[in-house]
Amino acid sequence: MNAIDARFKGRLGSFELDVAFSAPERGVTALFGPSGCGKTTVLRCIAGLERMAGGSLVVNGRVWQSASTFVASHKRPIGYVFQEANLFPHLSVRANMLYGRRRSGGGPGGAVDLDEAADLLGIAHLLDRSPARLSGGERQRVAIGRALMSKPEILLMDEPLSALDRLTKNDILPYLERLHDELAMPIVYVSHDIAEVERLADQLVLLEAGRVRASGSVGAVLADPALPLSRQPEASAIVSARVEAFDPEFGLSTVMVSGAEFLVPGQVGDIGAVCRMRIAASDVALARSRSLAGSSILNAPITRIVAAEPAGPYQMVVYLRIGPSGRGAPLLARISLRSWRTLGLAVGDTVHALIKGVALAGPA
Amino acid sequence: MMAEAIFLTLKLALLTTVLLLLLGTPLAWWLARSRAFWKEIVGAVVALPLVLPPTVLGFYLLLLLGPQSPVGRFAAAIFGHTLPFTFAGLVVASVIYSMPFVVQPVRNAFEAIGERPLEAAATLRASPLDAFFTVALPLARPGLVTGAVLGFAHTVGEFGVVLMIGGNIPGETKVLSVAIYDYVETLQWDKAHILAGGMVAFAFIVILVTTVTDRRLRHRLT
Repeated sequence: MNAIDARFKGRLGSFELDVAFSAPERGVTALFGPSGCGKTTVLRCIAGLERMAGGSLVVNGRVWQSASTFVASHKRPIGYVFQEANLFPHLSVRANMLYGRRRSGGGPGGAVDLDEAADLLGIAHLLDRSPARLSGGERQRVAIGRALMSKPEILLMDEPLSALDRLTKNDILPYLERLHDELAMPIVYVSHDIAEVERLADQLVLLEAGRVRASGSVGAVLADPALPLSRQPEASAIVSARVEAFDPEFGLSTVMVSGAEFLVPGQVGDIGAVCRMRIAASDVALARSRSLAGSSILNAPITRIVAAEPAGPYQMVVYLRIGPSGRGAPLLARISLRSWRTLGLAVGDTVHALIKGVALAGPA
Repeated sequence: MMAEAIFLTLKLALLTTVLLLLLGTPLAWWLARSRAFWKEIVGAVVALPLVLPPTVLGFYLLLLLGPQSPVGRFAAAIFGHTLPFTFAGLVVASVIYSMPFVVQPVRNAFEAIGERPLEAAATLRASPLDAFFTVALPLARPGLVTGAVLGFAHTVGEFGVVLMIGGNIPGETKVLSVAIYDYVETLQWDKAHILAGGMVAFAFIVILVTTVTDRRLRHRLT
């Protein structure tokens, strides 16, 4: 059963917005697209901050919007994190965090308490400060805490990192990953930064000029030959991997991806844990045979070519599936047109994917 | 008699300020937030006393509140007497006359808050009324302080309207400014000096305190 079933239809600036999507009971659903594609509007419609006449929204079986119903924002059990933290400047951090809690009714009902939230977000030492005295990253963490404390059934995040610099972003991402792991509620995350999506999203809804261009699991959408995402220079595949073993001598973990063994640097998790790995298309080369003698490449799983598309005049993006049958997790390889011709590659061939780098992209 | 005028003036100004805040704040909120096309017409009517000569305003108020007009008869029914040449009449006139001095800064303060804090409050389950009291009012405090001080000071200083609608009844409508006028007319310059000098000092202190408080409040918020 879906936790969120949404459809919004109406005029938005110069184009017509018509978006329908659903989100599962757990995990992060990313609304991804360029600026002005309508993703923030969709989020605001879910929150009830904006109203599109032709809309319907059902959350956890309750109708929040239909032709005849519109539940006011303050009656929707949501947590909303704005692009700019939007804290109340006249209240302390503690009072900000408690503002929503006081209004969401007593009862323990699965809510996070102040200490828990402060702990989860690393802001316990900031509680008595004024928001004016916080850094941008701290402010955003308080805003997330404030939203969590209001006992939300769904968490809505509108580009929470976009106002922050790169370093601060990297500070906050681990907290968001923890939320992703620990919260048993759907999170709808608006972003135009593919790197955030790769790290956080489980489901991806790709928006373009007010329409849904594609949606599905993040791995499938990122590696979909029909979409331009996979042909971007920084395109990556996201796969989920189970930790099998750790070799302390070389500092390498063995993980399994669709039945293929990978060696990745570092102790990526406890044995049996499932984590998410990011493999950049530009880090994958192809070979007809596994002749790794004289090569430093650690990972060269056998894969099947399922599609290939030109990317610019001289390069090809090759869409692979791990395993000889071509039914495993998707991978992308970006190779030169010359190599494609020289190797005589074609869709349906089995090849070895020589993987130069595997990045751990957070827990799955 | 001098003390009587001072006491009467302070009583009038305090009562007027309280009424101004009670009526002006919701009016300013509506002016700041409404999307009605006619709101600026209301805004202009409220602002009229800024540009009208006080005698013009006083003249029309005299007619409006007098026994010949339905409004005057209605007010008379409520208060038990017609309003012109009474303290109650002065209060009504002062509230109308000083309204723009409260509405303007409070409206500006509300507009400066913008949508975002109120949207944040709504996503945190605060009803619009709740958000008004717990977010909008505290954030607009500098504007409310400025409005209250200006409304108070302006009421203390009014003359033309008072003369038109209140006349010059000791203990009832004879406020400071009228008393000063009286002293000068009757060549009691020493007494005129005391009151006039006192007004200068008062005005100076009001302006100084407003500026300092305003800056301090602003500073606290950023």
